[in-house]
Amino acid sequence: MSYFTIFSTMRSEVSLLTIILFLLVYDLIAGKKGESYFQPVAILLFTLHTIFNLFPAEAGEAFGGMVQYHPVMTIIKTILNVGTLIIFLQSKYIFDGNRMKHQRGEYYFLTLSTLLGMYLMISSGHFLLFFIGLEMASIPLGTLVAFNKKSKMSAEAGAKFILLSAFSSGILLFGISYLYGVTGSLYFSDVSVLLSNNPLQIMAFLFFLSGLFFKVSFVPFHLWTADVYEGAPTNVTSYLSVVSKSSAAFVLMILLFKLFGNYLYEWQTLLFWIIIVTITVGNLFALRQQNVKRFLAFSSISQAGYIALGIISGSTLGMTTVIYYIFVYLFSNLAAFGVITAIESRTRKINISDYKGLYHTNPKLSFVMMLAMFSLAGIAPFAGFMSKFFIFSAAAQQGYYLLVIIAVVNTIVSLYYYLMVVKAMFIDQNDHPVPALRTDAWNRASLVICTAAIIFVGLLGFLLDVIEKQSFGM
Amino acid sequence: MEYTLLILLLPLASFVLLGLLSNRLNHKTSGVVGTGVLLLVTLLSFYAAWNYFTTQKAGGVFQSLLPFNIPWLGMGPQLHIDLGILLDPISVMMLVVISTVSLMVHIYSLGYMKGEKGFQRYYAFLSLFTFSMMGLVLSTNIFQMYIFWELVGVSSYLLIGFYYTKPEAVAASKKAFIVTRFADMFFLIGILVLSYYTQTFDFGALTSGNTALFQQALSITFMGASALVWAMALIFIGAAGKSAMFPLHIWLPDAMEGPTPVSALIHAATMVVAGVYLVARLFPVYVVFTPEVLEGIAYVGAFTSMFAAVIAMVQTDIKRVLAFSTISQIGFMMVALGVSKFEGHGGLGYMASMFHLFTHAMFKALLFLGAGSVIHAVHSNEMSKMGGLRKHMPVTHWTFLIACLAIAGIPPFSGFFSKDEILAATYQYNTGLGIWMTFVAGLTAFYIFRLYFSIFWGKENRYEHHTPHESPRTMTFPLIFLAAVTLLGGFIPFGNFVTADRSEYTIHIDWLIAVISIVVAVEAIFIAGMRYQYPGRRLKKMPSLLQGFNRAAQHRFYVDEIYLFVTKKILFNGISRAFAWFDRHVVDGFINGLASVTGWVSVKIRGLQSGEIQWYAFVFLLGTLLITALFLFI
Repeated sequence: MSYFTIFSTMRSEVSLLTIILFLLVYDLIAGKKGESYFQPVAILLFTLHTIFNLFPAEAGEAFGGMVQYHPVMTIIKTILNVGTLIIFLQSKYIFDGNRMKHQRGEYYFLTLSTLLGMYLMISSGHFLLFFIGLEMASIPLGTLVAFNKKSKMSAEAGAKFILLSAFSSGILLFGISYLYGVTGSLYFSDVSVLLSNNPLQIMAFLFFLSGLFFKVSFVPFHLWTADVYEGAPTNVTSYLSVVSKSSAAFVLMILLFKLFGNYLYEWQTLLFWIIIVTITVGNLFALRQQNVKRFLAFSSISQAGYIALGIISGSTLGMTTVIYYIFVYLFSNLAAFGVITAIESRTRKINISDYKGLYHTNPKLSFVMMLAMFSLAGIAPFAGFMSKFFIFSAAAQQGYYLLVIIAVVNTIVSLYYYLMVVKAMFIDQNDHPVPALRTDAWNRASLVICTAAIIFVGLLGFLLDVIEKQSFGM
Repeated sequence: MEYTLLILLLPLASFVLLGLLSNRLNHKTSGVVGTGVLLLVTLLSFYAAWNYFTTQKAGGVFQSLLPFNIPWLGMGPQLHIDLGILLDPISVMMLVVISTVSLMVHIYSLGYMKGEKGFQRYYAFLSLFTFSMMGLVLSTNIFQMYIFWELVGVSSYLLIGFYYTKPEAVAASKKAFIVTRFADMFFLIGILVLSYYTQTFDFGALTSGNTALFQQALSITFMGASALVWAMALIFIGAAGKSAMFPLHIWLPDAMEGPTPVSALIHAATMVVAGVYLVARLFPVYVVFTPEVLEGIAYVGAFTSMFAAVIAMVQTDIKRVLAFSTISQIGFMMVALGVSKFEGHGGLGYMASMFHLFTHAMFKALLFLGAGSVIHAVHSNEMSKMGGLRKHMPVTHWTFLIACLAIAGIPPFSGFFSKDEILAATYQYNTGLGIWMTFVAGLTAFYIFRLYFSIFWGKENRYEHHTPHESPRTMTFPLIFLAAVTLLGGFIPFGNFVTADRSEYTIHIDWLIAVISIVVAVEAIFIAGMRYQYPGRRLKKMPSLLQGFNRAAQHRFYVDEIYLFVTKKILFNGISRAFAWFDRHVVDGFINGLASVTGWVSVKIRGLQSGEIQWYAFVFLLGTLLITALFLFI
């Protein structure tokens, strides 16, 4: 096998690693002068990386199957890249006000490290590499959650995240060790054919799965979500809710399709109940939240349930719709977080009640937030409607009518709390609304991108074809 | 002739530009932009017409031309919707009519709408309308036509409701939209039935006289009529809605709440003849395969023309008189189509109908613009507020007189020629119908001169604001131009251009019929003059029976009230109440129940989210064990 093949198989990991190292060195030598250039430099390099990642390559593997590559991974990684890029655009203010101006480098370095971990999880063909990826995606994230050293909330969130991550990793590793014990191999290609109805194997499989469910925050593995989302700096929260969660969902989907095909019946049954519980509980808790970040935490839990609705169908269409759904979800959620960042960075206000009367002072921000809520709730004609519609049709195609009905009823419930935010902004009166503010150019750019995507992605029919061409089913 | 695409695209571009920039443009610029674009469109249309009529004749027959056509939506192996441009004699003629009248209205509005709030919006909507109307006449297939048909409806809605702060205007725009939409529902069903059986939307295929195409539609019967008859009748209902045929005419008089130039453009010359155009477009189908529907069209047209003419005789609002006159004249066109045959001399009615469409568009636009000029001067629509205006407004007076003579059918004005052809065609068909229409022509002459004398003659009113004066040049120029067209339009050898079978037809005037109708018209004008020229001199009091009739006519024979009764009392109270109850108690009840259950549960399970990490880990582990147990033991 030539070096070039290995390189093309792992090109996105290689290029990301290059950037990480560059940023690390840049941080060391730039000193105080270079600090203000960190965001532009990181964005520029990362944009180049995103474009580089787009070059097509043949499906293949490297290092004896340790690393596997499939064209759909390019799409998946691109989606993660786009999400990260938009978060970088919104990150100017993460350092303001908490005397962390000298940590700019660390922020980008740590974020990209977790992204590298996610890449490894996605392209791994071996449990060991997978586990390394998982840990790489978790531990720096814990640091990021606790990034705000002056804040008790942030520290508490970081502690919770690290402890519970460790706990879930333990259970997952426990599952892996049993899988190794019963099959004698850690290569996915070996394990996938050796799995049978042996109870020990099923137990190992389920333990492994719980570890992943933790990352996607399915109920009942979701309890960490709200506390961590609330305590973490806002940009880290958006990273958690968009990039981290999506990557976990992608990994879950790929593993279920590729590795656990023998357990199709088991995981479909399991997901059936998980979906019902996740969507419903996520919605029920979202109803009562006052804090915008907690509110979005629960909203993202129920969104994860909808994503699983595409996974459960196990078909090519299912994979297509999951990727499409996440693509749309990314823009809708990041639009909301962009607005939250803009308001929080200037006023420190993060309660829904603070948003009352926002329309009168900040009509543009309110408009973006409204579109984001509409799209998350799945109101036509915005992209969120199309993606929900596709995911429902994928599930219905496989005969999950009951599930689709439950999901639709839950959509109605979710409409209530999404529209509560819109109502607060547009209808409610407030004597002291958030003053008129103007966020920085990068964040404005991110909001423009997200708004355009919310409006137009649903209308671009060819996107679905592009994704479908690379997707695979059971 | 690909440049005809520009005829569509230019007004659209102008609409987008004016609509988007809106208030950033000042009044003058937006008016000039809108008018300039339309001037370009008019020149293109005339060039296209000249080009078409001089080059597209093969073997004495005009050929259809598709300068542009793209497949748009495929709906099965054969059925597909295209977007394209169809040029044939009637569409080219319509291009000329629409662009001319629209240009005149654009110029006229520069003066008439000067200083109005929303001037830019007005021009944007005018452009939208022109685009839609052009698209309607140029459509290559019935579905594309339907799309533009609705667009025309929307722009008409927007323009009627232009003064949206006036409740009457808002109500009128709603009424127009709902009534025409109601008719369009039948139109759509008709389209679907037709296309389902024939597997085509294409006008070219439908009108090619291909019997095999309609075999299936003719063989299937429903309630005693074949599917094709149903389809064509339903399509005619759509046409009747747009063309304000009885009983769907009720929206047109109210539509006069829009600005007067809009009435001239949309509700006199162009949009309201869309129904006539549709019937003419599908005429080969009507005449060959469903002659019974065509006969029905003739009778609907004949009745409507009489009905509207009678109402026009007693209205006091000058724009409403013209509105009912329009309904009556469209009735003439429908009658002419209804009595026509396809080939040779039998096709007189078709030619006459199109001719009348052309001349009517010009002189009716002139009448409306003249009325607008009067309203501009007097600030009122009521006849009683006018009188003796001929000295103050000479240009308006003379051009208005020309238009009145034209509509009354006095030679050598254009209306005489076209109306005479229609009357000749009806006499050919059925003498009774001929006499009926001659009588309506007499009524026409009467009500139009009643209008003329009340405005321009009679005692001079005390004018409240100031003495009326002639309108500015931007307004008089269109009047003079249209008057010139009305004077000369009758001498166009129309039969050389537009006929049912597209071969040449030499117009010859049937002098017997012409003399009769001229005598009737002069008589009617004389009576009108006696009654209204000198308001002091009244004729004898009317007999009581006629008085009752008079009152009924003033109330437009209570058709609006019947509609109100049916919609308010029967539909809203009877049917809608039941649905509302179901909606409120069953549908809303379900949703409200969902909400309260959701709220209750969310309170109950709040304790789960305690914030304690031990508890979180415990639930996590419990979950893992639970799912494991689920699979191992169940």
